[in-house]
Amino acid sequence: MTENKIKKSAPNLWDASAFMLVMGLVVFLALGSRQMAIPYTPGDSIPLSLNLEYLPFYAMRTVVRMICALLCSLVFTFTYATVAAKSLRAEALMVPLLDILQSVPVLGFLSITVTGFIALFPGNLLGVEMASIFAIFTSQAWNMAFSFYQSLKVVPKELKEASQLFGLSPWQKFWKLEAPYATPNLIWNTMMSVSGGWFFVVASEAITVGKTSVTLPGIGSYVALAIQDKKLSAIGFALLTMLIVILLYDQLLFRPMVAWAEKFKVELSESENPPVSWVLTLFQRAYFLRRCVQKMTTLSHNLMERVPKLPPLTLTSRTTSHRFMKVESIIWYAFLVVSILFGFLMLVNFVIGGVDRSEIINVFMLGFITLTRVVILLLLACLLWVPLGVLIGLHPRWATRVQPLAQFLAAFPANLLFPVAIFLMVRYHLSPEIWCAPLMILGTQWYILFNVIAGASAIPNDLIEAAKNLGLSGWRLWKYLLLPAILPSLLTGLVTASGGTWNASIVAEVVSWGSTKLIATGLGSYIAQWSGKGDYPHIVLGIAVMSLYVVLFNRLFWRRLYTISQTRYRLD
Amino acid sequence: METSLLVLKNICKSFKKTGGEEHLVLDKVNLTMKEGEIVALLGRSGSGKSTLLRIISGLAQPVSGEVLYKGKIVTGAVKGLAMVFQTFALFPWFTVLENVELGLKALGIPQAERGRRALAAIDLIGLDGFESAYPKELSGGMRQRVGFARALVVEPTILLMDEAFSALDVLTAETLRTDLIELWLERRIPTKAILLVSHNIEEAVLLANRIVILGTNPGTILSEIQIPLAHPRDRESPIFRKLVDDVYELMTKRPRNAASKSETVPLSYRLPEAPINQLAGLMEALAGELYNGRADLPELADQMGFGIEELFPLLEALEILSLARTEEGDVELTRFGKNYVDADILQRKIIFAGLVIQRVALVAHIRHVIDDRPGNRAPEERFLRELEDFFSEEEAERVLLVAIEWGRYAELFAYKEDAGILSLENPGKKD
Repeated sequence: MTENKIKKSAPNLWDASAFMLVMGLVVFLALGSRQMAIPYTPGDSIPLSLNLEYLPFYAMRTVVRMICALLCSLVFTFTYATVAAKSLRAEALMVPLLDILQSVPVLGFLSITVTGFIALFPGNLLGVEMASIFAIFTSQAWNMAFSFYQSLKVVPKELKEASQLFGLSPWQKFWKLEAPYATPNLIWNTMMSVSGGWFFVVASEAITVGKTSVTLPGIGSYVALAIQDKKLSAIGFALLTMLIVILLYDQLLFRPMVAWAEKFKVELSESENPPVSWVLTLFQRAYFLRRCVQKMTTLSHNLMERVPKLPPLTLTSRTTSHRFMKVESIIWYAFLVVSILFGFLMLVNFVIGGVDRSEIINVFMLGFITLTRVVILLLLACLLWVPLGVLIGLHPRWATRVQPLAQFLAAFPANLLFPVAIFLMVRYHLSPEIWCAPLMILGTQWYILFNVIAGASAIPNDLIEAAKNLGLSGWRLWKYLLLPAILPSLLTGLVTASGGTWNASIVAEVVSWGSTKLIATGLGSYIAQWSGKGDYPHIVLGIAVMSLYVVLFNRLFWRRLYTISQTRYRLD
Repeated sequence: METSLLVLKNICKSFKKTGGEEHLVLDKVNLTMKEGEIVALLGRSGSGKSTLLRIISGLAQPVSGEVLYKGKIVTGAVKGLAMVFQTFALFPWFTVLENVELGLKALGIPQAERGRRALAAIDLIGLDGFESAYPKELSGGMRQRVGFARALVVEPTILLMDEAFSALDVLTAETLRTDLIELWLERRIPTKAILLVSHNIEEAVLLANRIVILGTNPGTILSEIQIPLAHPRDRESPIFRKLVDDVYELMTKRPRNAASKSETVPLSYRLPEAPINQLAGLMEALAGELYNGRADLPELADQMGFGIEELFPLLEALEILSLARTEEGDVELTRFGKNYVDADILQRKIIFAGLVIQRVALVAHIRHVIDDRPGNRAPEERFLRELEDFFSEEEAERVLLVAIEWGRYAELFAYKEDAGILSLENPGKKD
């Protein structure tokens, strides 16, 4: 057997390939992060060149920023969501807070925080990097935390009871039960958030807030420079580079992660078409590497075991007196009310101090204009993508091909395509009031498409056969079967697309080509313009109004529709 | 009176395999249905009985041959043929009433009449009071009643039933069958003929005037048997039992020749879907006091609560592994089978391992390949490619999984599902 054993643990071909992949990644990260903490004083211009050979380097910087933000988001998710799910009192505050944070436009955070971050690291570029990473973080963290929180809340009762009977400590319970249970959803949400994040990483690299104008080396700033210099060819190369970056992200991260998460699904039967990824297969077959990982996990396990085990929870352990509990909660809620009032007064005071009262109404009007744009765009996108998505979804072969493509397109930062559109608008003297609008939905329409495809391919074949057998065809088939059946997934897509469209309005309503600037009336351009001037009361007012619109739109419209669709239109 | 409602002429159907080759599922099927008949199509899985039903209803097209309904060729969904589905296939966003009205809407019937007819159908099938309920609120039996009301409201000439009772529990299914037969006998529905697809032999004998038995791979009509009993039928009557026995015998006859005694089944053999636990359970039941090693199939199926979909693959597996023999509607444990039942858990594995490697070429082949490969590991794709020479992609996967389950149980090899790797590693022993 000894010979056999040696043969078995010898690295194989899979190992070699996996090793190279890992090492490549390590070198890449080291190269990228070394550049992040170079000395810098505000006002310095970081040399940036349109030279092609720098492009891979810029792309790397962009990616490193993305990865940093992702790690921060994960840390935030694990802490925030866990606390929210475990403590009833914290939950009452933390969940609505998350909901509001989700509605605040991401680029709004950026304009407000950038000067603060610069002050935090005087004389170093790290502050600016942090501001950019923070912007990406805000585009991912809320969504991820929300998904994790929701999964933690629905861990099956039997599994909880089982872990209680086995006497798992809360720490063990978290890692053995709750975290694995929440993994598939979290991974899916994380991957979706990263897809959305490319848009913001690109947008956050060239920031101007008042006198502070910073350009971080990256693809986004490269494109910004190309716009200034009116170099269409440079933009073309930047697009190509981004395409490659997204392709690598899709193949090396997105797909392997989603395929891997499959094993945490709490179903004893296997899904019919489990997602597959060649990268994952590679790692699973790399024998030596697996062995190494196994050894490391055993090691960490052994360390974990050393952690003193808490006595298993008994139901009678919490016998704090009732009156005490009551007093405690009164204090807590009083504290909450005071802080909320304080926050509101701060906001009003700050805004009133720098803005005319009449302007507030004006800003609400601007918000309405942007709202109109968003609604019309979503309707148009539905008209286009719903029929196409359903047709594709009903043909499994097409669906498996188009689905990844749509996901890929959703990840591609559409703002990189803006210059091309602006170039055309300037050239043909198109009105920005109308033609800026399509830019807003350029990147987010794909969410509608791939959700509709997913919905349509999940329609049970029996229902389609029953409809045909009853003689339903043409419009009737759509009205009675296809449209109701895809409604829940269509809404999921629309909610995501709607959020993304609001966010995009800040960069899409003001666009420039060289020295020509095209401005569309709306709340997005309002925020963008005041950000450029560095006037905080105006920026805050704009952001507050936009958040309010998004929250109300969500609460009064999307959530109601969603609840109906989930109770009535769910197929299961 | 005796006119042919439905005529099937030389129906053939095939599906494309991955390599572009055709995989035949139905081969030259001929069938005629007359007014007043209830015909049952019986067959095990893979006999293409559901496909045949879909071709009849115009939901699928045959590759060759034709379906004539009242003398006209069927090319799409036909008015006059209504189907009841195994999974009910109700629209969850519509109420009971709306679901029942659906077919009438498609026919363009004005609202007033639509409502009247739908309510009448709901009354007829015993659903009054549930008109405004959504399918989710109903139990399985009530849901299938909606399925029946929805099919009957369009006053179909032929009612098609695709395993309509198999998703229901035994009692509910029996009540629904009785109700349906009553409506039919009392002529309260204008339906002229019923065609049902089933894998339940007793159900077929209980309902049908004529049973058509389909063979597997490809599906062909093996035999027909007349059931000359008047409704309502008594399950316990000797003549009923005799007919059930006959059908069992007819259905277990053919595949035995394919897997003749004590021989290795080749790679191209479709290993039946037979989980180890069920095989063991069945053998234990056979060895028990009740049967003492030999059992009458209908009785055994009844006692174990198995339909033929479950029972026949098990019998086939026992036959392949020479653990039991099936003949003349009876099954008998062999010497190996008796040894197996008497052994303890570990010995059972040894007995099973010896048999499976001897009789199943695929299992032996897998073990052989793993033994020969450096590192004693092989990816599953290697075997899938080989199997795809004989089967469709899906079928190849299914057959390989059966072989893997048997091999794993016998501890002949190990399998890592997420990596798709077969190896000699024993996950129980850390080295």
